[in-house]
Amino acid sequence: MLHLKDVIAFLEDNSLADAIRENDLLFPLIESVHVLAICLVVGSIMAVDLRLLGLAWIKRPVSAVTRGILPLTWGAFAVAVASGFLMFISNATKYLGNGFFVAKLCLIAAAGANMLVFHFISARDQPRWDNQARLPLTARLAGGISVLLWIAVVACGRWIGFTMEPG
Amino acid sequence: MTGAIVGDFAKWLAATALSHTIQTAGWVIPALQTIHILGIAVLFFSAVIVDLRLWRVLQRDVPLNDVAGRFLPVIWPVVLILLVTGGLLIIGEPRRSLLNTTFYLKMALLALAIVLTVALQWSLSSAPEFWEKNQGGRIAARVAATLSILVWCSIIFAGRWIAYTQVG
Repeated sequence: MLHLKDVIAFLEDNSLADAIRENDLLFPLIESVHVLAICLVVGSIMAVDLRLLGLAWIKRPVSAVTRGILPLTWGAFAVAVASGFLMFISNATKYLGNGFFVAKLCLIAAAGANMLVFHFISARDQPRWDNQARLPLTARLAGGISVLLWIAVVACGRWIGFTMEPG
Repeated sequence: MTGAIVGDFAKWLAATALSHTIQTAGWVIPALQTIHILGIAVLFFSAVIVDLRLWRVLQRDVPLNDVAGRFLPVIWPVVLILLVTGGLLIIGEPRRSLLNTTFYLKMALLALAIVLTVALQWSLSSAPEFWEKNQGGRIAARVAATLSILVWCSIIFAGRWIAYTQVG
């Protein structure tokens, strides 16, 4: 049976993880790419959320707003996950022992669940309200929850840097 | 000479009551940095979505001046928030930035980005047809968009690099 411990050891003990851990330039470089990607993920999601909340771009149909923005969100999210994974393997044990790191992952999962609920349940009758400025409560709720969750994700991400033990 | 003056100023700043408050309450600096990053997220996305429209990658069904008019004005109040949170971070840890070449590089790049964005916003609102009417305009649009993305990316990189290049 494969244990979490073995998975962590496998992730940490390889030349790629060693390189990120030991090279002075590699970690800040990956970290900068991570910040860049996170900014695009959070900025673009908040733009969509403001439309759902009825606070911005209300003359444009919701479907047109999402179509014009979400490709950027997903592209940036892929980069954020890849760069985040590289930072994680450089010190997997310490990251998993950091409460803010675990909280950040849980909050991202919650944001994902919020999105799935909106997409598959609340948006089933989207054609009916796609053009409206003021959307049904479920849609506004999805936007509001999303804004709060992503703010918390960024906060946890920043707090990881202040609470990780060195080395 | 200049270095000594800046050093004295950083020392004086670090001794102020406000700096002391920021330093001693452990949550203030990460909280300011969180607001700072959220601001950068809004600003950077707003710039990039206009740049991608100039490249005709996204928002092709929206007129160029509509996209610019929707997103570029967002940048200015956010710049103000970034200057305030950034200013407070400097007051909290003056030596981290004021004695750091990367910080001055970031400020120079920021000045460039502001000039570039003002020019872009002005031209997109006063003569939006220029960017799309012929081959030359479309090439100019892609050059301007690429330059804008590169400069904003460099600012974010420089910002993260401040943490790795501080003295002492």
